[in-house]
Parts: sequence; structure tokens; C-alpha cells
Amino acid sequence: MSYIHIKRPKFSILDKIYVVELVKGLALTFKHLALSVCHKSRGRDDFNSHGIGVCMEFPETRWDERLPEYYRGAPTLVHGEDGRERCVSCQLCEFICPARAIRVVPGAVSPDSTCQKQEKAPAEFEIDMLRCIYCGMCQEVCPEQAIFLSKEYLITPTDRSQAVRNKETLYRLGGTRKGLVNKWNEHK
Amino acid sequence: MSTQPAILPKDEAAAEGKVNVQINGKWYRFPKGTRIADACNSVGAHVPCFCYHPKLSIAGSCRMCLVEQGMPPRLAPGAEPVYNADGYQTISWMPRAVIACANTVAENMGIRTDSPLTQDARRGVLEFLLTNHPLDCPICDQAGECKLQEYTADYGRGTHRFTEAKIKKGKNISIGERVNMDQERCVLCRRCVRFMKEIVGEEVLGVVGRGGHNAIACHPGKRLDSNYSLNTTDLCPVGALTSKDFRFKMRVWFLKSTPTIDVNCGTGTNINIWTREQQVYRITPRQNDEVNSCWMPDNHRLNYKYINADTRLLHPLVRTDAGAPQRKAAMEPTLNMVSTQISKCDADQIAVVASARMTNEELYLTRQLVDMLGITKYDVVPRKGESDNMLIAEDRNPNTTGSKLILGRDGSGLQNIFDGVRSGAIRALIVLNEDVVAAGLSEDDLKGLDYLLCVSHNVDGTTPHADVVLPGTTFAEKYGTMINVTGRIQRLNRAIEPLGKAMDTWEILRYLLVRFGCDNEMITACPSARHLFDLLAGEYEPLQGLTWGAIGNQGKQVIETGVTIPLIEREKAKK
Repeated sequence: MSYIHIKRPKFSILDKIYVVELVKGLALTFKHLALSVCHKSRGRDDFNSHGIGVCMEFPETRWDERLPEYYRGAPTLVHGEDGRERCVSCQLCEFICPARAIRVVPGAVSPDSTCQKQEKAPAEFEIDMLRCIYCGMCQEVCPEQAIFLSKEYLITPTDRSQAVRNKETLYRLGGTRKGLVNKWNEHK
Repeated sequence: MSTQPAILPKDEAAAEGKVNVQINGKWYRFPKGTRIADACNSVGAHVPCFCYHPKLSIAGSCRMCLVEQGMPPRLAPGAEPVYNADGYQTISWMPRAVIACANTVAENMGIRTDSPLTQDARRGVLEFLLTNHPLDCPICDQAGECKLQEYTADYGRGTHRFTEAKIKKGKNISIGERVNMDQERCVLCRRCVRFMKEIVGEEVLGVVGRGGHNAIACHPGKRLDSNYSLNTTDLCPVGALTSKDFRFKMRVWFLKSTPTIDVNCGTGTNINIWTREQQVYRITPRQNDEVNSCWMPDNHRLNYKYINADTRLLHPLVRTDAGAPQRKAAMEPTLNMVSTQISKCDADQIAVVASARMTNEELYLTRQLVDMLGITKYDVVPRKGESDNMLIAEDRNPNTTGSKLILGRDGSGLQNIFDGVRSGAIRALIVLNEDVVAAGLSEDDLKGLDYLLCVSHNVDGTTPHADVVLPGTTFAEKYGTMINVTGRIQRLNRAIEPLGKAMDTWEILRYLLVRFGCDNEMITACPSARHLFDLLAGEYEPLQGLTWGAIGNQGKQVIETGVTIPLIEREKAKK
């Protein structure tokens, strides 16, 4: 283990009595109060909000376009550009999953697959969305770049069995991912 | 030399037939002829090996076990050896490393397993082994128990310096009925070649090609179809040889291994059962030099499918009226009903067919039951086959010796019971973990019975005719002991919990004994099969003084039967 020494800033006497900072903070609060009373809050037009402050009127207005690049939604499986199912059912995601949401039944690759060298593919792949905690460990651990967290945040099953997503659903939600994984190329 | 000790360590060690060896700066004593690899491993200085296996001849082909070695300097003519204050000569270290598997220890030898020279040598060897190794760990069944993976974590570089195209070899080749080969993953340790030649005695595998194109292959016209072929997949340190049965079933890091014994024949091969969540995935042999060395036959290894089969009995089945279909029932009312029904029968007309596949504890309670009810007609079903002159014994029952000792029966009286059933002298039959239809009774004979009680783990020929079927457990769900053909007592351990409502046979018998009014508190209040063993140990002379713990995972020799295991005899003769 290596230790990183963090340099702490030196505080002046003004910083230490924090009255100045307190006043600054209150000023910001009152500024927002004034803006919202005048219907001039930031992001108000974007959300089609009306009335005082900002109110996103879900579900007419949704987050979809506004989610940040790093947003972690439901995990999905992806196909490669070459149409190959990227998952080889190595079960590392199942192993790493802290909530034990993933269950993989490994199997041989289907005989009509274009990539016979891959040999192995999941026979069944289930993610229990009631257990998933959206940590993204499965995506991080995947050696095949096959599982990705999508931006999907609306998971509304009406019973428990609906919350378990099977392989077919996961591939449908994941779609195709750009960029080739050349590992299973015949010449590699 | 005034400072050297009066008796030199070398003379002390020589008196014991040993030699002094310095490993990583500390002095140890080993018997003469010990291999450097064994010596180092025994004191915790781990030496990585691919090709070395203690049961096979030495190949020295993988070079992974390189260690730095030194000896005292060679003396000039007429010079006297010089000893230091501890009585050892100074060690002059050799400039190059030696392999630890093919060299034996010598007096005053020095070995370094953690020196820069050793570490460099291992890193170099590993880098060469990895030049053509495919990066298919995600699809390799060996991942998780692969030596190459482990040593790469220890000595690997993390990056590749080999920029040329990798050599392509055969992948996913079927070389036998049960074994698959991947030549790219192979590190050419030739353990499989040596195993087939030396242990099985069939020259099936060999090495073909030159240089980087070296590969393991079958001799022309031959296939790896021996009944011991799956041992090569255990031996293979990498994923080159894999079992077709276990192919893509489960990653090994999810599996829990339980040490127990095989129940397919009288040898009682020591095994590990690998399970995950009540499901058995595979069986591998466990080393026991008195029983099975490191091996096991394929047909025994693969005979585990019935444990999780659809035919497993998970509930008691009860037929309330003659001719009516069997219905599922709860365990406790059924047991109560069974005891009432049995007590209505005349003891002379009851026969018990027990099994030599039952543990000693179960046989002991069977004995208690027949004694209590005054039943005189009881026996086990004998199973004889041919010995394969390796590990499979003639006796295909795992516990005939125990049955002789505890029940006093060896199967010779079974035909009398069957004749009694056919003639109508026996009106009620209690079948414990056996299939009497397979053993010789016809279905019509069973229909003539007034009462048929079956304890069975799977649906078999007998269960459809039974009035009551109680769900029993397979060997993977049992604690207990068995005595093998050579008279060695060995333990069974529970790998999975009993499936469904299944109950151990000893528990069923204990329940019945309680209902019949058994007053031995040691039995009626017995919480586990392990406690029953204490009773056994007090009652039977050969088991005197034994405890569950004392048997251990390697078993204990308790009876002299004169039967030997051919493979073990050959191995002992070799030494």
C-alpha cells in the first residue's frame, strides 16, 4: 500500500470564524428565491415548468435527453458490430455482483453462430432488477465488453417475475455496440 | 577447528538416514533421495510445477520449478573440509538454476526459492510458455484452478513482448468419448502421456510436431477411450484436456468441494463432490495412497446424475387402497402409519431386504429394528462383477464388509427371502435402499405381498408396487461410515442437504424404533449419524476406540480381509 499525503489548505482567521461564508451562502439562497418568484429559475424552460420554482412534469417530460453521460441505469447485454453475441458466459459478472442479481447458465455457442471459435455463450442469462443496485461492477469486470449499463431508469414491473430479465430481453435492450472486439477473430 | 561442534550435523543426520539441506537460509533434515521440489514444498517454500507429479515418472520438461542451488566447494587434493560454528560447510552457489523436480537433496546442499536468480528464471520460463498461449480464460473450464493462471499472477509480466503472430493449433478436438483437447492451451508437460503409459498401460497419447508446433495427439487409429481417461483432465495443469461432461457447466470458483467416498464399488475411492446450491456438478478423485492413489474410474466419476435427476423421490408416496394410485403425503403421518402397519404384521411373515450400499450407522439401526421386532429373515442384495485389475473391485457394493460385521449378512440368504415371497410364506417386505425387482423378484411376486414398504431415493422397479414409499437420501446427502473391501473404514460427508422431504435412512429407522418402544436413549435421542458411530465403536470389536474424528479423511484400517486393490499393490511394488 502506498500512502498519498494530502495537502490541507491553511485557513485564515476570516475563514475560521466562517461568518463571511455564511453570508455568501445565504445570499445565494435568497438569489434563487428571488429568481423563482420572478419565474426565472434556471432550467425552467427546458423542463416546460410553470408556477413557482422548477417542476418537471413527469411523465410528460422525462429525463431521457437530459441524463449525463455517466448515468448508470439498467444493465443490458450487447451484440458486436459483427452480429456476434459478445457474452461468453464466463460468469465473472455473476461472481462480482454484490447484490447477486445476475444468474448465468453457461452453454455452448449455437451451431449456426458465425463465430464458432468463441465456443461458449450463455444458455440463459437473467438479471433480477429488484436486486440490481446499479453499481456497474458487472460492466467493469466484463472481459468481453458484453454487458453495459444503459440509461434506462424506468423499471416498473407489476409483479416479481416481470422484474427478472432473461437473455432475450437483455439483448433486445442492449442492441448493437460500436467497435470490434477482435479477440475471437480466426486469425487471432 | 576449535569452534565446530563435537558431533557434526552431517553425522547426526546420516545416522537417521537423512541429509541436511539449507532452504532459504534455514537448515532442515530430509530423508536421502527426497526431491528438491518435495523438500521445499514440505517446509512452505512453494515451488511452482507443471510437469512434476509425485505418482508419475519425472519429465523435467516444463522448467517451471527452477531453483537456485549450491553445494560446498570441491576440495583441493589433500585439503580438509572446513566447518563453521554450526557445523556446516560454506555453500558456493551455482551460477545457473536447476530444476527442483528431477534433482534430489544432498548433504550440505543449499536451495533458494526466493532469490532474484530463481524469480528471474521463473519469469523467463513463464513468458515463453505464454508466447503462444491463447487468451481464452473466459471460455476455459480450467480457469480458477489453472496452474498457468496462478503462476501468471505470481510471475507474469502483465504485458506481452512477443509481437509475432501466435502459432495456431487445434482447438476443441474430441480425442475420446469423454475428453476434449485444446492444443493451443497445452504447456506440453506430458503428464497425460505419462499417465496413460505408466498407470493405465495403454500408449494412446504422444507428442507430435517440432518446436513451437509441438502438440499432444493420439497415436494413429487410437482414441483416449480408457475407463480412466478423465484422470488426464485432473492431471492437466492447464485447460488443454477438459471433461466433456463438465464442459461449460459451471465455473469452479462457485463450487464447494466436500471430501467423501465413492459408493459404486467395494474400493471406496476417495472423492471430492463439487456442488453449488443443492446441485452436484462433478466428482473428482482425492488422494489416498492406501485406497485409490490419485485416480478414479470414469464410470464411477460420472455416476452422479441420479442425485439431481427428475426421478428423485421428494415426498413420501402412500397407497391407501389396493389398486389405487400412490399419493403424495407428509412425512410424519406417513411414518406413524408405517409403524402401525408393521406392528400389525406377524414378525415371522416380515422380511427385510437391506442394502450393502447403506452406511454402518444405517445398518446398525436396521439390526436394532429386526432384533426388536424379532424378524429373522433379513439380508442384503449382493452385487458381483469383474475386477478391472485397477481400482474397480469385484464386489460392487461399497459396504459388504460393514454389512457382514454389523448385520451379519453378506447376501447369501437373499434367495431364501425371495423364495419365501414367491411361496407366500412372507407377507410383508421392507426394502431399504434397494430395488428387489432388479435383484430378481418379478412384479407379480410383489403383487402377491400384503404389504411392501420401500425406502428409496429414486423411482426404480420396486417403488411403483410399494404400499408406502419413503424418500431416502443418496450418498451425497449422507454422513456415515463404510468399510471397504480391504477392511478400511472411511467417512461419507454431506455435500448437499437432503432434497425435498427426503430423510436419511437412519432417521427413518430411528423414528420407527421410537414408535416401537425402543428404550435405548442413545438411539432414541441420537441427533446425528456421527453419534451413532460412537455406539457402533462401543459395540463392535474391530471399531473399538475409534471416533468420527479419528477416522479422518483418509480412513483407518480396522479389519484384515486379505483383499487388495491391484493398482495400489502395483504402486507399492514400484517403490
